[in-house]
Amino acid sequence: MSDTAHAPASNDAAHGHDAHGHPDSFYIRIWGILLVMLVISVAGPELAHRVVSNETVAFIIVLFTAFGIAIVKAYMVVKNFMHIGVEKKYVGYLLVTMLILMGLMLGGVGPDVLRHEGHRWVNQAAKDYKLPGDAEHGAPHEAHGEPASPVKH
Amino acid sequence: MIRPIATTREMTGMPTGRLAVWWLIASEIVIFGGVLGSYLMHRIGHKEWAAASEHTNTWAGAFNTLVLLTSSLSAVLAHNAALRKDGKRAAKLLWATIGGGGIFLVVKSIEWTTEIQHGYTITANNFWSFYYTAAGLHGLHVIAGMIVMMFVAADAAKGKELQRVENAGLYWHFVDLVWIFLFPLLYIAK
Repeated sequence: MSDTAHAPASNDAAHGHDAHGHPDSFYIRIWGILLVMLVISVAGPELAHRVVSNETVAFIIVLFTAFGIAIVKAYMVVKNFMHIGVEKKYVGYLLVTMLILMGLMLGGVGPDVLRHEGHRWVNQAAKDYKLPGDAEHGAPHEAHGEPASPVKH
Repeated sequence: MIRPIATTREMTGMPTGRLAVWWLIASEIVIFGGVLGSYLMHRIGHKEWAAASEHTNTWAGAFNTLVLLTSSLSAVLAHNAALRKDGKRAAKLLWATIGGGGIFLVVKSIEWTTEIQHGYTITANNFWSFYYTAAGLHGLHVIAGMIVMMFVAADAAKGKELQRVENAGLYWHFVDLVWIFLFPLLYIAK
């Protein structure tokens, strides 16, 4: 099945993705862009929590700066560092198939995880749980010295 | 002495080693995808997880992201050096990547020690169980990648098996990718 050849092992480096042929400076530039995005992904949510009073707006800012940028960062790593663009199409199909299988699994268990009760079951601990602020009328969350409420559900 | 090696698979048209790494990554997608997806669903469905996540150290997570991104850069530069048949430079860059993994683990262990000392253990609640499981599983992959790269770097320094530099790099980039998603989930979404 395999095409076995007699060749010095070191020559096999030529079987890598030499088609892309980027200089080192290209990868350093990509790394610089990734670092800028890292700064935005940390600063965005920090500013959203401290400056923006509207919870919905703050949530949207966190969503875009943290998770939106994570997706862009991942795309840049896959495209530029893993060279998926010059890889065989077969690899792309393989990875997408795995993502679809993962989506199916999560879609199957999601309804049970996201809900706190169903026809024949109830997650009472999760239903009863109140955030510290809710229970004590705005009392601050416990300091780092104490663990958060160890509620099991 | 010339010894027989498997080069290109007829069916897929790519070297056996690289094909194997892509299959490994494909299987890891399901593992880490399941972990990340489950975390996301629990985080959305259970508001107590938001309260617990407030105690993770964002700056430690951000620093480790910087470290892993930088180690990915050295891994891809090692690959570039291997393409130029410059084994010695490839080996040096792989050792830099291994160093990045080491820094990542040191920061992680300091972070975990602090958290455990403050009572946030793996049994504190479901959030912390998930936190230690996901980050721990990722940490094991970092260790595995470092060990593999030590062997690859040793060969590369002698100009041998240079194709393995790319394969090790592919795996390392995937480890970096997982962290790119773990970071906002565990450290930023509070």
